[in-house]
Amino acid sequence: MQVVVLVKQVADTAARIKLADGKQDIDRQSASLIVNPYDEMAIEEALRIKEKHGATVWAVTLGEAKAEEALRTALAMGVDEAARVSAPASDALTVARALAQAVREISADIVIAGRSAADDEQGQVGTLVATLLDWPHVTEVTKLEISGSEGVAEREVEGGVEILDFSLPVVVTTQEGLNTPRYASLPGIMKAKRKEIRQIALGEDVVGQPVLAVRSLELPPPRGQGRILTDLDPAQAAKEIVRILHEEAKLI
Amino acid sequence: MILAVLEASEGSLKKISAELAAAARKAQALMHQDGVALLLIGQEAAAAEAAAKLDADLCLIVKGAAFGAYAAEAWAQAVVAAVGEVSAPLVLLGSTSFGRDLAPRVSGLLAAGMLADVGDISLVDGQPSAERSIYSSKVKASVASLSPVTVVTVRPNAFSPAGSGVAEAAMRDLDVQVDAASVRCRVREVRRQVASRPELTEASVVVAGGRGMKDPENFHLIEQLADLLGGAVGTTRATVDAGWRPHSEQIGQTGKTIAPALYINVGISGAVQHISGVLASRTIVSINRDVEAPIFKISDYGVVGDALEILPHLIEEVRSLN
Ligand SMILES: Cc1cc2nc3c(=O)[nH]c(=O)nc-3n(C[C@H](O)[C@H](O)[C@H](O)COP(=O)(O)OP(=O)(O)OC[C@H]3O[C@@H](n4cnc5c(N)ncnc54)[C@H](O)[C@@H]3O)c2cc1C
Ligand SMILES: Nc1ncnc2c1ncn2[C@@H]1O[C@H](COP(=O)(O)O)[C@@H](O)[C@H]1O
Repeated sequence: MQVVVLVKQVADTAARIKLADGKQDIDRQSASLIVNPYDEMAIEEALRIKEKHGATVWAVTLGEAKAEEALRTALAMGVDEAARVSAPASDALTVARALAQAVREISADIVIAGRSAADDEQGQVGTLVATLLDWPHVTEVTKLEISGSEGVAEREVEGGVEILDFSLPVVVTTQEGLNTPRYASLPGIMKAKRKEIRQIALGEDVVGQPVLAVRSLELPPPRGQGRILTDLDPAQAAKEIVRILHEEAKLI
Repeated sequence: MILAVLEASEGSLKKISAELAAAARKAQALMHQDGVALLLIGQEAAAAEAAAKLDADLCLIVKGAAFGAYAAEAWAQAVVAAVGEVSAPLVLLGSTSFGRDLAPRVSGLLAAGMLADVGDISLVDGQPSAERSIYSSKVKASVASLSPVTVVTVRPNAFSPAGSGVAEAAMRDLDVQVDAASVRCRVREVRRQVASRPELTEASVVVAGGRGMKDPENFHLIEQLADLLGGAVGTTRATVDAGWRPHSEQIGQTGKTIAPALYINVGISGAVQHISGVLASRTIVSINRDVEAPIFKISDYGVVGDALEILPHLIEEVRSLN
């Protein structure tokens, strides 16, 4: 069985974000880059499938050479093989076309992606890859069980939990709660350094034309600080805040 | 026509459905379309009757064996058929667990640009466009769709629900042939949690407690305040990780995004990953004993003090209003 994990290198949104000149992108030079947190869960889930059923786990990224750092992290966690796709892809659909081609070349049975990438937060690529491959998909999964060529997944929905049956091949996307990603081991880190990364170069003939364009980025002005009550005792403070919400803001 | 894909459960329309109808009316005027069509897939007749009363011109109904329980593969084909039926340049879904699952499948089938999780739609150079919050709400992006059809997922609470139209919408059955046996992924069961409170992402009031609540027992104060205000209960990842509260209540980057009229938070520091999920709230009220807590930087009103001392008084004050 071949399991492919789609791994994206993203800017850590907990750190400072600056815009690049022209305001079409963020300043990637100054950003601190990490593996998308949902993709770490995807790696963990793939490793658990491997441990339970036996599989070769691939980490695949689309990006510049620098994105290979994310693949090294995946390898250090225990992934077997890694591939970097380079392609003229700019939006979710073109990225998905390129990644779907990589999945075909690896002959995967299961693809695991994150529910969304922490940078552009599209929440589309996993499902698009499934659609382009004509595979079923299950998104935002909090529990996954594979047996033979079938599987069961759970996902949280408004007001409950859905249980879904599916057959392989399949694309699954991860949600918080699915697992806690392991740390890289020291031998893993050593091994990851030496591992050869397969290169998959694709052209416009595969990815086609983008269907989305980012016109501009902007750093929104911080939400202005409001009225903070500091020197009231608990009873007075409660009275005052309820008065404000009732009489002035008319919210309660 | 502009197409909106409605959501219903057990015969009644979900709140997002009326919001989608309102969003579709707005998009209709923007894009000079001749009407609004609503799509209901695999629902009971009662939901269709309610849909016909929303302010829309046409209500398309898809029924059949393949549309019993939700299955993205079959439902995406139904949406694509409806897009063709009414020549829709724009199809709206909710940014809900259902819409987030279905919309990218539809956009993939149509090779359509998808504007995800947006609060409004505009036209820029004749193209459907939207402002999107990205990088944990640290960046706003203006994104345009370039394709003949555009798929949009609309954030809950972003549009006021549509009232009833002047006339009832015309109802039409749409025949979509999907072989049920060809569907490879399907919902087997939905375990409903009996909800005594509104859903977090839909609620107009949210009351949340964080680690500053000190003990899971103390959350009865949060629940009491939420119930008095008819609100939902939320929390942070810190309390979820500690096993105090369920993940379904987590607000933030790896939890839910909320957009209520009033967000009251208590004992929450305001980490970026939490804040990114609450910035669409209209009014934010924070209670924290630390005047330096980052949450106050985004608060409209704040109280500096001990949550466990203030909350009982707050509950009493709210109760005396009613
Ligand atoms: C990848 C990633 C994703 C994350 N996703 C999320 C997410 O989706 N949602 C989320 O919430 N977090 C998320 N986090 C965690 C986030 O960084 C914070 O750790 C978390 O939000 C802190 O929760 P808290 O405010 O409850 O606790 P703390 O940060 O510990 O804050 C407690 C606050 O309570 C106050 N306090 C203490 N005692 C009292 C008292 N008696 N009265 C009044 N105030 C008091 C303190 O002053 C403090 O401000 C994520 C982190 C990472 C790395
Ligand atoms: N450039 C990329 N390389 C590899 N995987 C990606 C890439 N972009 C998106 N993905 C995968 O798709 C998921 C959802 O991304 P998005 O649709 O951009 O929010 C991510 O969590 C990744 O698993």
